[in-house]
Amino acid sequence: MEQTHIPQLEKYEKFLFRRRLALIVAAIATVVAALCSAGAGTLHFPFSEILRTLLGKGTPQANTVLFGIRLPRIAAGLLVGGLLASSGAVMQCVLRNPLASASTLGVSQGAAFGAAIGIIVFGGGTVNSPSAAAAVTVSNPFTVTLCAFLFGSMSTFVVIAISRFKKSIGPGGLVLAGTALSSLFAGGSTLLQYFADETKLGAVVFWTFGDLGGSSWWEIGFLAAVFAASMLFFLLNRWNYNAMEGGADTAQSLGVNTRSVMLWSMVICSLTASISVSFVGIISFVGLIAPHIMRRFVGNDYRYLVPCSAVAGALLLVLADTFARTVIAPVILPIGAITSFLGGPVFLMLLFKGGVGHGKD
Amino acid sequence: MVKIEHITYAYRRGAGNVLEDVGFDIRPGEVVAILGNNGAGKSTLLKCIDRIHPVTGGTVTIDGENVLEMSGTALARRVAYVPQNAGAMQMTVFDAVLLGRKPYIQWDATARDRQMASGIIHQMGLDAYILRNVSELSGGEAQKVMMARALVQEPRLLLLDEPTSNLDPRNQHDVMALIREEVRKRAICAAIVIHDLNLAVRYCDKFLFLKNSSVYSYGGMESMTPETIESVYHMPVQIVRCGAVPVIVPCPRETAAAVQ
Repeated sequence: MEQTHIPQLEKYEKFLFRRRLALIVAAIATVVAALCSAGAGTLHFPFSEILRTLLGKGTPQANTVLFGIRLPRIAAGLLVGGLLASSGAVMQCVLRNPLASASTLGVSQGAAFGAAIGIIVFGGGTVNSPSAAAAVTVSNPFTVTLCAFLFGSMSTFVVIAISRFKKSIGPGGLVLAGTALSSLFAGGSTLLQYFADETKLGAVVFWTFGDLGGSSWWEIGFLAAVFAASMLFFLLNRWNYNAMEGGADTAQSLGVNTRSVMLWSMVICSLTASISVSFVGIISFVGLIAPHIMRRFVGNDYRYLVPCSAVAGALLLVLADTFARTVIAPVILPIGAITSFLGGPVFLMLLFKGGVGHGKD
Repeated sequence: MVKIEHITYAYRRGAGNVLEDVGFDIRPGEVVAILGNNGAGKSTLLKCIDRIHPVTGGTVTIDGENVLEMSGTALARRVAYVPQNAGAMQMTVFDAVLLGRKPYIQWDATARDRQMASGIIHQMGLDAYILRNVSELSGGEAQKVMMARALVQEPRLLLLDEPTSNLDPRNQHDVMALIREEVRKRAICAAIVIHDLNLAVRYCDKFLFLKNSSVYSYGGMESMTPETIESVYHMPVQIVRCGAVPVIVPCPRETAAAVQ
């Protein structure tokens, strides 16, 4: 055994403490943002009233607004943000591509195509007024969600089948395969929309905007179970992801079955992303920028990057949703457009500051 | 004792063998240089030994155990491999070295794992860099980090693919001296792919020449003859002495003809 060198070990422990601190600060910021979001809106609730309501001592009005409308919305935002960001961080690692996210493998476009089929072919929804989002009726949300999930997952399985069939394809080839599938699904969606009547077309377009408001408590329970299971998988593999940062050969020489880890991680990431997208519509950029923001604080250490990305994704989506609900209240802006609109400049800023790359420590 | 016997490998079924019936052995404390032209199969041989490429025939045994039949973790506890350009890792020096404990880590790195990493970092003289990103280090320092990562794996066999490429002459000698010292001190075996014949002669104990996918010659300094080198590299050389150190001097054909 090597001789221990205490000063260096202490220095490293202090460094690890800074990574833990980043996680704690992000978690506290997320809780505060969630509470602020619960209070913000046309009907404003002070912090004390939110706490009273959460403790079961709220007024009937506060109970109705918070438990019936705002808290399900916030919970959906937290879970979907966490799912998209943690799967984005893992995809960026296993595909060795800093631009990897749910969109990279065609999951979002597949889900959008599935939703279009659910609405147009199976009559899952219509829109009654082009000016008000409230007039959209997704008459059979189960059909739309199921179709979105099936087609979102289909991208995953096609990409995996390609990787099994052509073993030498590598991470770069898989990203290209995902791009080809995205193009295919985008073309399919356009064709469906071209032949759809106006009411169904409106519903399809509205679905692609993304909406956290339609989540029921059972959907949130399901999303929570998916989040817990995927986080467990990611955390069990965090040392494998760290090893894969050194390249496939290094990882293999450290005992990592790189093919298996890449394959199963992609399956889990794509399924969680397609579940998220199928419940709330397309939410862009969160899965891409949350890991890059947290890399600036915790580097490429996946012991911390995976949970930090999940927390940052949750925070970003809750902030974006609060902005969407309050900026021109009572009109609620589409969340997908807000994340893209705010995410683009943030991503550019990170790019210019040198924070985007496959790991800046 | 490491025994490599009858290793055969082809990239694709039906394609020609990249390695054909390759065999040699390494005793504890020995450093073996793997030499040959570009494309001779040197790096592939290291990858086959570490099972990164699955061999189509042959065995690799360490102290009698066939490593090709072990689990990935068991193999990683016996064989450490440093690929070419491994110094481009985007993580801190301490994290990169601690990664060498991966085959021993169950849920998380223990205090012992961290102590071992800190000990070897100190031993390698990398104390000042522990929180620096490996990719920000100079080539020599990054190579030392990779060596530290490999050694903290506590391997019986160390495989290094061109550890001196892209290094200045001073760092080339430092890294090679470090490899020889650690291999002897720990009584482990090492195989190094290297292009610089003079570095090989100075720091390695045995020399494996690969030619046309097979072993052309294997042995100690007696196998390092001008005829062998000319046959493998298609380049005439002279071996002269600088004090006690043999030096291989390339001798272009026109010069050789003029000398004759």
